[in-house]
Amino acid sequence: MSIEPPKLEHILLEINKGIALLTLNRPDQLNSFNAKMHEEMGLALKQIKQDESVRVLVISGAGRGFCAGQDLTDRNVAPGASTPDLGESLEKRYNPMIRKIKALPLPVICAVNGVAAGAGANIALACDIVLAAKSASFIQAFCKLGLIPDSGGTWSLPKTVGMARAKGMALLGERISAEQAESWGMIWRSIENESLMDEAMQMAQHFAKQPTQGLSLIKRALEASEHNNFNEQLDLERDLQRLAGRTQDYREGVSAFMEKRDANFIGK
Amino acid sequence: MANIKTVSEISKPVLLVETFNNDVVLLKMNRPQQLNSLNNELLGAIANQVSLANADTNIAAIVITGNEKVFAAGADINEMSALDMPSMLFDKRVDYWQTIRSSNKPIIAVINGYAFGGGCELAMHADILIAGENAKFAQPEVKLGIMPGAGGTQRLLHAVGKSMTMQMTLTGEPINAQQALIAGLVSDICIPEMSLEKGLSIANNIAKQAKLAVKLIKQSVLKAQDTDLTTGLAFERQAFCLLAATDDRNEGLSAFKEKRKPVYQGH
Repeated sequence: MSIEPPKLEHILLEINKGIALLTLNRPDQLNSFNAKMHEEMGLALKQIKQDESVRVLVISGAGRGFCAGQDLTDRNVAPGASTPDLGESLEKRYNPMIRKIKALPLPVICAVNGVAAGAGANIALACDIVLAAKSASFIQAFCKLGLIPDSGGTWSLPKTVGMARAKGMALLGERISAEQAESWGMIWRSIENESLMDEAMQMAQHFAKQPTQGLSLIKRALEASEHNNFNEQLDLERDLQRLAGRTQDYREGVSAFMEKRDANFIGK
Repeated sequence: MANIKTVSEISKPVLLVETFNNDVVLLKMNRPQQLNSLNNELLGAIANQVSLANADTNIAAIVITGNEKVFAAGADINEMSALDMPSMLFDKRVDYWQTIRSSNKPIIAVINGYAFGGGCELAMHADILIAGENAKFAQPEVKLGIMPGAGGTQRLLHAVGKSMTMQMTLTGEPINAQQALIAGLVSDICIPEMSLEKGLSIANNIAKQAKLAVKLIKQSVLKAQDTDLTTGLAFERQAFCLLAATDDRNEGLSAFKEKRKPVYQGH
């Protein structure tokens, strides 16, 4: 039973057959974030979290770009005027958004359809599986404005591409192509432009039939490995496996295997 | 009006009580709509159950918990604002807290989500605190122009030291499970879904020990917070000698020598 999605303008949210498709929708501004878009993103993520029918989320961008990060027209200050508190903007807007995406108990696919710059690049890196069109690119543009990569960039980058490449990307702010990103291990795959959304939706359809709770426990274990030592991680695996073993889908998975048939997972 | 209850309130007790293995009692706070705020009814029910558990010779340990999202979020503000100074002085809650505090049997608090105000104070009434990774502890009273009134300023000091206590009580801002672990407020953290099992397994472990040893150990540890070292050590020594007169002490030592599991009688 799905709940009717809220009416939104800068974010499009479509929930159908277990798949939530969230589209960043300010195409004329390369889907850059302003205050209203942040508010709508919050509502959309809340809706996704509350709707128990949702078993996978796909995030993409409308038009030619994925997301150009912060809309700088919101940030232009007159000479002599006091500067905006960027820390507050992260605390109140970007950080909660990134935390919400990371905490979703289901797979999150990011279909990067075009340029992903600044916070836009790091929103993509906060997702579980990143697919990028061949024409897409990732730019840690912050350094060109005297800023630092935010929205989790300084955390995600060294972990995905290693410190040397993370520093190169963050300090130079150069454009990294989708293919480069794939070969560096920053994203899962780069894909021909015209098949990006087809492949993303195919993967979503696959995930919508998988044991969602088990997948969410996998996410938790992998995320926790970033701060656990080996022994703590073994303990966590014990606890999470205990939970996984109590799911209805585990029962179904085992009986389907024994009966040599396809499993009919319900996500619980 | 305040005394009229809806049907759902009558059919749903504010405190769920469950006994495990005949020797561990679990008290589960059950006012989820009110984030388990500790109104008189709930706090009274907890005190009553602690009292009953202490009177029941079978019960060895008490576990107090909320649900996976909230432990308990403070007192009932409506009830509190109805009281003036004289009625505060004669508030029955003082007796409820006293009853919980006087439990001879170990209390284990399993805290997931919010333990705010009275909730944090209730958690600190426990002897062992186990937290889910999502736990948050706060004494936010200062934000309402009041202050902790059930041991918040006193027990927190013992648990986390002066600087953290002052920061928490003067700003009202919460600390998370990881900070609580580092500060020593809780003894262990784990994933929220497993925290109750962890608490119950500690309770089961305690239930297997010699009852008199458990009782005297608890008293002795609490004595340390109430008194100077010399008095505390004297109390400990006296209790230690007292145990030498028990059958269970002989059983424990013999079982160890004979490499078998002890079978305690409770005397």
